[in-house]
Amino acid sequence: MRVLTHCLSFGKPRSLIGLWLGLSGLLAAIALLSLLYGAGDVGPARAWQALQDLGAAASYDSEAHFVIAELRAPRLWIGLVVGAALGIAGALLQAVTRNPLAEPGLLGVSAGAAFAVTLAILWGADTATLRVSVAQLGALGGCLCVLAAARLQGIGSDPIRLILAGAILSGLLHSLSSLILLYDQHTADEIRFWVVGSLAGRQLDDLVPLFPTLGVATLLTILLARPLAALALGEHVAIGLGHHPRVVRLLVIVVVALLVGGATAAAGPIAFVGLVVPFAARALAGPDIRRTLWLCLPLGPIVVVSADIVSRLVVPPSELPLGVLTALIGAPVLIGVVRGRRLPTL
Amino acid sequence: MTHDAPACERDTAQPDTAPDMTAPDMATQGLSLAYGSVAVIEDLDLQLPAGQVTAIVGPNGCGKSTLLAGLSRLLKPRGGTVLLNGTDIRHQPTRQLAKRLALLPQQPHAPEALTVAELVRFGRHPHQSWLRQWSLEDKRIVDEALDMTGLTPLAQRPVDALSGGQRQRAWIAMAIAQQTATLLLDEPTSALDLGHQVEVYELIQSLAASGKTIVMVIHDLVSACRYADHLIAMHQGHVIAEGLPGETVTPELVRRLYGVECSLITDPATGAPLLTNVRRTRDALDGSAT
Repeated sequence: MRVLTHCLSFGKPRSLIGLWLGLSGLLAAIALLSLLYGAGDVGPARAWQALQDLGAAASYDSEAHFVIAELRAPRLWIGLVVGAALGIAGALLQAVTRNPLAEPGLLGVSAGAAFAVTLAILWGADTATLRVSVAQLGALGGCLCVLAAARLQGIGSDPIRLILAGAILSGLLHSLSSLILLYDQHTADEIRFWVVGSLAGRQLDDLVPLFPTLGVATLLTILLARPLAALALGEHVAIGLGHHPRVVRLLVIVVVALLVGGATAAAGPIAFVGLVVPFAARALAGPDIRRTLWLCLPLGPIVVVSADIVSRLVVPPSELPLGVLTALIGAPVLIGVVRGRRLPTL
Repeated sequence: MTHDAPACERDTAQPDTAPDMTAPDMATQGLSLAYGSVAVIEDLDLQLPAGQVTAIVGPNGCGKSTLLAGLSRLLKPRGGTVLLNGTDIRHQPTRQLAKRLALLPQQPHAPEALTVAELVRFGRHPHQSWLRQWSLEDKRIVDEALDMTGLTPLAQRPVDALSGGQRQRAWIAMAIAQQTATLLLDEPTSALDLGHQVEVYELIQSLAASGKTIVMVIHDLVSACRYADHLIAMHQGHVIAEGLPGETVTPELVRRLYGVECSLITDPATGAPLLTNVRRTRDALDGSAT
């Protein structure tokens, strides 16, 4: 028993486990809410009744049953996966660029994935599996552009300038995507809603092609957490401790591309989740990337699923696209972070 | 690069077993270091005595930090080798090397809110793996390192809330937890006031007394004389003098290194050479007058 407690002692063991359990509980509650509330006719009372009937052999309210099983549950699952992926991708990208503002959506990684998918659909690709790999390749391209920009004189060392470079890349890619949509009606119909980022109308089948690459990303994240934590002490210290900063950085970029590409393929480009979630995780658990990553796991889905619930409720019976909502929440947070006391260093 | 044959024999004859028990012998053979196309050090042969404090001194830009970067594999040599226990450090995986050679860069920066204990735990990284994570043994070694550096009462404090001397001691504690036989330090006392400097130097001396080989780059010649067992004076990429501080430091050497005149006396309390009446040389004065 003592050995076990020592094994788990990463500074604030009890507080981390407590936090994690608390947040997981909160996430469970929010997940339940996301099954109960929607923009349609099935209200919380009917949904609750239908949920209780799910265990029973026969369901009495087939409409409520359909809404929950076929519409809300797939949405919830995708929200969970997308939230976790984006939260962790944000934390990783911030650790590797040592920039608290580095967010996949702001740095053009999501835009790269979206642009690649737009191109793929324009050229006739239509299967979900292909969409995932194309989005991940696009995200990788976006990542590499960002890193190239970070290597330019003066940009890498200044968080704000890196964000500016990313904003320019994002803007360019969004314009190109819009241009394609303007000229090609078929592509536009195919992805009009997807391109603003949304969980609506997604099927569980959209999620399956993500699993292989998300599995690889998870495995790599587990392997990379320790060297990445050492990298926070500086490149030379990390080398002195026997790590390979270059290899670590390259693998982290691959993981970010897999996560953001996968999330974007499933839900479209969703900005600011990768900024807000790691920011909250660091505020709760301190700067160690290992603790940040653990907390991003429940925090990411909390943010995405809550935002999705709100997106269904603000303008009933219509819905607000999730990407619009996260931008509405995230932009003030970004402004707050930039305007607040000096930027926290990573 | 041609090597000195007897030196090679001597080095390879060193037993390579149990590196933590026998003090290692660090040496360079024909070492050439360069940043890009600018050669900083060329064809340098150097022996670093085991179990002693070696201080590398010299004027700004003389190549002393470059040399340390070469010794610590941060900078890949353009030619020649760095030998640790007679083996080329480039032939060892960086993680294996991290068990033998610890490294403290100049003014390292800890992330906000990282505690002393958390920082020192990083020193166990080269000894840990996915199968062998945090163990009781690691905890014992970390506690020992905290104890040796007098930081046990401050273990839970954030590193950035410490005084300069305490902060540097915390980083050294991390290097101690690495349990290497050799420790390389790049200007460990830069930006520290006198009291904190002494605090760090005395810790470094006690580490050497416990058997570690210490190699440090320092600016301050007086401190080098006071705390080092072995002095290496560098000028424009060349070692121009080395040996016991008391025998090596002369007014001529000081003039060549720094372009200043001085008188030397022996510190009656420690026996170390002391520089007095330091002033610009007549050459320099003439140069500034014209």
